[in-house]
Amino acid sequence: MSSLLIVAEHRNGKLKKSSFEAISKGASVAKDLGLTAHVLLVGGNEVAGLTAEAANYGVSSILTVTDPKLSAYANRAFATAVSEVAKAKSATVILLSATALGRELGAFVSVKLDASLASDCTELHSAGGNLKVIRPVYTGKALSTVELKQPVKVITLRPNAFPAVSSPSSPSVEAVSVTFSDKDFACKVVDTITASGKLDVAEAEIVVSGGRSLGSAENFKILEDLAAVLGGAVGASRAAVDSGYRSHEDQVGQTGKVISPKLYIACGISGAIQHLAGMSSSKVIVAINKDKEAPIFQIADYGIVADLFEIVPALTEELKKRSH
Amino acid sequence: MNIFVCVSQVPDTATRIKPAADGKTIDKTDVNFILNPYDEIAVEQALRVKEAHGGEVTVISVGDDTVLNTIRKAIAMGADKAVHIKTQEEVDGISAARAVAEILKTANPDLVFTGKESVDSNSGQFATFLAALLDINVINVAVKFDLTGSHIRAEREIEGGKEVVETSLPAVVSCQKGLNEPRLPTLKGIMASKTKKPEEVAFSGGASWTAITELVKPPAKPAGKIVGADVSAVTALVDLLHNEAKVI
Ligand SMILES: Cc1cc2nc3c(=O)[nH]c(=O)nc-3n(C[C@H](O)[C@H](O)[C@H](O)COP(=O)(O)OP(=O)(O)OC[C@H]3O[C@@H](n4cnc5c(N)ncnc54)[C@H](O)[C@@H]3O)c2cc1C
Ligand SMILES: Nc1ncnc2c1ncn2[C@@H]1O[C@H](COP(=O)(O)O)[C@@H](O)[C@H]1O
Repeated sequence: MSSLLIVAEHRNGKLKKSSFEAISKGASVAKDLGLTAHVLLVGGNEVAGLTAEAANYGVSSILTVTDPKLSAYANRAFATAVSEVAKAKSATVILLSATALGRELGAFVSVKLDASLASDCTELHSAGGNLKVIRPVYTGKALSTVELKQPVKVITLRPNAFPAVSSPSSPSVEAVSVTFSDKDFACKVVDTITASGKLDVAEAEIVVSGGRSLGSAENFKILEDLAAVLGGAVGASRAAVDSGYRSHEDQVGQTGKVISPKLYIACGISGAIQHLAGMSSSKVIVAINKDKEAPIFQIADYGIVADLFEIVPALTEELKKRSH
Repeated sequence: MNIFVCVSQVPDTATRIKPAADGKTIDKTDVNFILNPYDEIAVEQALRVKEAHGGEVTVISVGDDTVLNTIRKAIAMGADKAVHIKTQEEVDGISAARAVAEILKTANPDLVFTGKESVDSNSGQFATFLAALLDINVINVAVKFDLTGSHIRAEREIEGGKEVVETSLPAVVSCQKGLNEPRLPTLKGIMASKTKKPEEVAFSGGASWTAITELVKPPAKPAGKIVGADVSAVTALVDLLHNEAKVI
């Protein structure tokens, strides 16, 4: 019987939140299309400890491919694992998160299985048994509906664009054995450098961003403080990045990250079209800018026209007060 | 060192996108096309590898005659030669990648550089497609690249950090901002770009596996609220975020 396969991603012995989103969505799509849904976990010994968690979002069949050599990410080996499992289970729809790993594996698997690929999708509809996929293009300046012409379809889902709906079940776990060649390990991760405890802007539910007007790297401390009370991440405009206030990976916009957080707070950012491209699909946008003509106010849900150096610390204090 | 760079052209990032009358593509009137910003980084990296290890840099682009401008920009930056895979039709990523792979199969590249993604399709898939079609290694979203002999040690950006990746030639590398600062075209390069004619090759990428059936502008947001103009607005803002927007 045909199936739908969701590739779950884990780091440091934990499944990613974006994988719960993909599993949730996969479960409902499988139901609409009359497919069996499987969650696939690929990795080393750590995988055994992840199966219970993987079953908490509406899918009860867990497949594992484990090998000590897979405890470090090797893109070609992981792609082989996903493709071989997809073939063994006659998967016609393969879902991944549109993360660094998911985007890479999605493209590999597409070639290996002669499958159509749609990456970084923000909508996936399956009512009535037909798949409809929508993805932003031109960096969020337009939305495209994509027809996936091949019988097998690979879709990567933008983190934060789909809800993770908890629905616990007792999973059946099946280990699938896959044969690897030496080539599969010709490219591998030898080390991971994590900015300690740093939440990525692309994954955060709340992002507080600063622009050129922050004036220095040190001044971003007030945004760090606000982000900390909100449990969010700090982003930046390109002007702030180019001025050396923040590093490249924090840049939001056309040549930075394209994000859809629940709440985006733009502090001292003018709202240039290239910046808007990266954050206009945020659910709620707050702008703090002393120029009431700044274009950012045209897309903000809530605005405060004032000096960010007064507003931001006051906002942090107010939130702290209420959390008590 | 036989080095290739794949380049695509994209609307200038300041462009306001308008869907065309067909409802599937963009209205190209008044749109200025530029070299994809990430591809500038790819061209720069190719030139640096050549400068350090010797060899030749060839630019490849799939598209209609308008991509010649983009190719010229890459030559002006310093690329040695170019291949234009010509097609009048809109082709998707996989068919463009097949057409490029067809050429690379006989050209035996050591390194192929691409951009992390093109800012029009935002697919970020081309490098992996190429590597999978050629059955060679790939490093995506590289922010650091070191080559010693045939050994590559690179860093790639992942969520919340970086991965250090090791592999060997031949390889495809997709380039992310932060990897380098692209150089400006030189006068000599600009002169060369006027005389060097790209080799024109017929498109042989086969059928597309995806098609855009509809292209629309994102729904317009209703006008927002100015909550206030001084610190007293903060309490009201927090109330709104709690009770109305329900995001905190
Ligand atoms: C190819 C290309 C790609 C680009 N990609 C990106 C991208 O990915 N992301 C991106 O962000 N930009 C990008 N840009 C740049 C973009 O065009 C803008 O230059 C940039 O976004 C401006 O950043 P900013 O808003 O921080 O600075 P500015 O435009 O200088 O705005 C500063 C704002 O701060 C306000 N301000 C000043 N002081 C205060 C204060 N004390 N309190 C409150 N408000 C204050 C001002 O009123 C002003 O609105 C790109 C440009 C190009 C050409
Ligand atoms: N038509 C094309 N011709 C040559 N290279 C391309 C083409 N389309 C995409 N690329 C390359 O692939 C990269 C990623 O593109 P994409 O996968 O479309 O986001 C681009 O930055 C280019 O380097």
